[in-house]
Amino acid sequence: MGLKSKDLLGMKQLSAEEIMEILDTAKTMKMVVENGPKKTSHLQGKSVVTLFYENSTRTRLSFELASKYMGSTSANISASGSSVAKGESLLDTARTIDMMGTDIIVMRHPQSGAPHSIANKINASIVNAGDGMNEHPTQALLDMLTMYERFDKFEGKKIAICGDIYHSRVVRSNAIGLAKLGAKVSVYGPRTMMPIGIEKMGVTVADSVEDCVRDADAVMGLRVQLERMKSSLFPSVAEYARFYAITPEVLKLAKPDAFLMHPGPCNHGVELPTAVYDCDQSVINKQVTNGVAVRMAVLYLLMARRNNL
Amino acid sequence: MKTIIRNCKVLGSDKTELYIEDGKFAEAFDAASADEVIDVKGGTVLPGLVDMHVHFREPGYEYKETIATGSAAAARGGFTSVCTMPNTFPVCDNAAVVEGILKRAADAGLVRVYPIGAAGKNLESNELAEIGLMKEAGIVAISNDGKPIATSGFMRKVLEYSSDFDIPVLNHEEDLTISGGAMNEGEVSTSIGIRGCPTVAEDIMIARDIILSEYLDIPVHICHVSTKGGMRMIREAKARGVKVTCETCPHYFTLTDVTCENYDTNFKMHPPLREEEDRLAVIEAIKDGTVDCIVTDHAPHHQDDKDVEFSHALNGIVGLESSFALCYTYLVKPGIITMERLVELMCHNPSKILKLGRGGMNTGDDADLAVFDLDNEFTFDKNKMLTKGRNTPFDGWKLYGKTVLTIMGGKKTYEELC
Repeated sequence: MGLKSKDLLGMKQLSAEEIMEILDTAKTMKMVVENGPKKTSHLQGKSVVTLFYENSTRTRLSFELASKYMGSTSANISASGSSVAKGESLLDTARTIDMMGTDIIVMRHPQSGAPHSIANKINASIVNAGDGMNEHPTQALLDMLTMYERFDKFEGKKIAICGDIYHSRVVRSNAIGLAKLGAKVSVYGPRTMMPIGIEKMGVTVADSVEDCVRDADAVMGLRVQLERMKSSLFPSVAEYARFYAITPEVLKLAKPDAFLMHPGPCNHGVELPTAVYDCDQSVINKQVTNGVAVRMAVLYLLMARRNNL
Repeated sequence: MKTIIRNCKVLGSDKTELYIEDGKFAEAFDAASADEVIDVKGGTVLPGLVDMHVHFREPGYEYKETIATGSAAAARGGFTSVCTMPNTFPVCDNAAVVEGILKRAADAGLVRVYPIGAAGKNLESNELAEIGLMKEAGIVAISNDGKPIATSGFMRKVLEYSSDFDIPVLNHEEDLTISGGAMNEGEVSTSIGIRGCPTVAEDIMIARDIILSEYLDIPVHICHVSTKGGMRMIREAKARGVKVTCETCPHYFTLTDVTCENYDTNFKMHPPLREEEDRLAVIEAIKDGTVDCIVTDHAPHHQDDKDVEFSHALNGIVGLESSFALCYTYLVKPGIITMERLVELMCHNPSKILKLGRGGMNTGDDADLAVFDLDNEFTFDKNKMLTKGRNTPFDGWKLYGKTVLTIMGGKKTYEELC
């Protein structure tokens, strides 16, 4: 039991078996979150530090709660308010945290590959909580847990992902993970937000939002990441909402029992009208609980590997 | 001072001994009168290599490299002449900096250093630098390397003005309005979430410079070409008689962007490593004569500039000490080109383009030569390099063509005979 690698850097590094082990473990962990008591001894005597160079509500809090629910000592550090603001390098910062006896560092960073660049230089396990435009593996795992609760298997299922594909680490992690489990991913967004060669990652690029969503088993909207755009990639919010949003009419094209996901935070009225966000098919708020469960599973399985060594 | 090189193979000749007297190649003389007799044990002698594109970082960035350490690295690579790019601090955009570089180079005394001046003041595409005065001080070309000449209007001005002084223009080709990423744009950059520099950013600028060169009938030299499209356009332009020349680097025919997958910053340079079809196109262009020169773009960086997030890491790799062995192992040994062609690429052509007068091995010519062991495989070890930089992607590679001796102007500048 446990993961093969010291770190969880991305879905690229996980096998299908490891993904399923995380999802199965997360199902058990979810019972702890939902039924309590929310205090176990899985991580007793261990320490987990979250190191965030970017803002976060869900990811950071769910990692913190996940580690605390399992009894670990947890601490948080962010770029602002730390020596990072004095110009300390990522490597020096990571080594400092490592030398304080930290078992797992949960890290978010605006540069792709940042966790990879320190992982083999420190003893602590690194969990990638989002690196630039590369990956956000625990988001994909919680999305997959949300699907797994509704499908018995992933093979042959169509997952539609619409929006800002270029800047999205969520898309990359989902595309890689879902392909490993045999699902078919269809993506759509403005051509200015569609990276060259995305189809080589095993996804199909749709011709329209309708084409993307048609007959899908699950539909995912993505946040338009205005903070990562170097210049405007579409003319106006109104135009984006008119041509690229998942409207109630678009959602009707999916399978009748399809459900709607969004990694949050959502720009209401841009990628999703509020009516869609709140509709019966929306599982957006339920995904948040799964986020805690998946992060418990990941921390637990990484620690199991450390304990076995 | 009289030296005899003994037991050598000389390219294009059946000589096994070479005679040097007072810094020049000489007619045979009596061994008893020689100050030194060097037995190179069957090593192959080539004219001293010429690298028309290096960065020696001095003045301003001595923590990365000095003219002395860069010169030592050049000698270890078999180079006897190098041309240093002007992106120092202060920028080499005036005669005073040129003179300072030449003074330091003479003090080091390990390689002939030919400075390249900036085309625009402070490497910007606004005002012309003092090209004439810099030529008087000793520059052999002008370039805004690393900061491409951004506008067609300024490029025209640079070409026209430099032609008054008969001084070649070398341009780093990149349209920054569609570039700006940290690696080649493609399948790999998409997969690992790094912003890309598309091949077309390079191609668009190459097209512009060919068009201007043809229109003005003024030569242009295209720096470190990495793309299939660029090679195609240069080939076509040459066939049409346009006065365009170009260079490429060993990393563009030995590596592709797949090597960036693990965010190793020793694979980050500009132009970036491209895809396999580009790599093959570079080899084809080396083979068919489209490429005039192989240069290193030797770009030493300190660990602190490379041991950081991939997007933040500085561009460039060191190359002087691996270049010949890579070219020999990957181009000559497999029979893609002949040794004669390699010597054109690494000596005669750059000398001709910049009018350096290097590469002669007849009696009376400056005794610039390098001896290589072509028979024994060796492991390239980054810790043995004489450059200050350790930023090489080739550490641990098994290569042929180790330098065993370098002589510049009759003076021994490197020796590793065993």
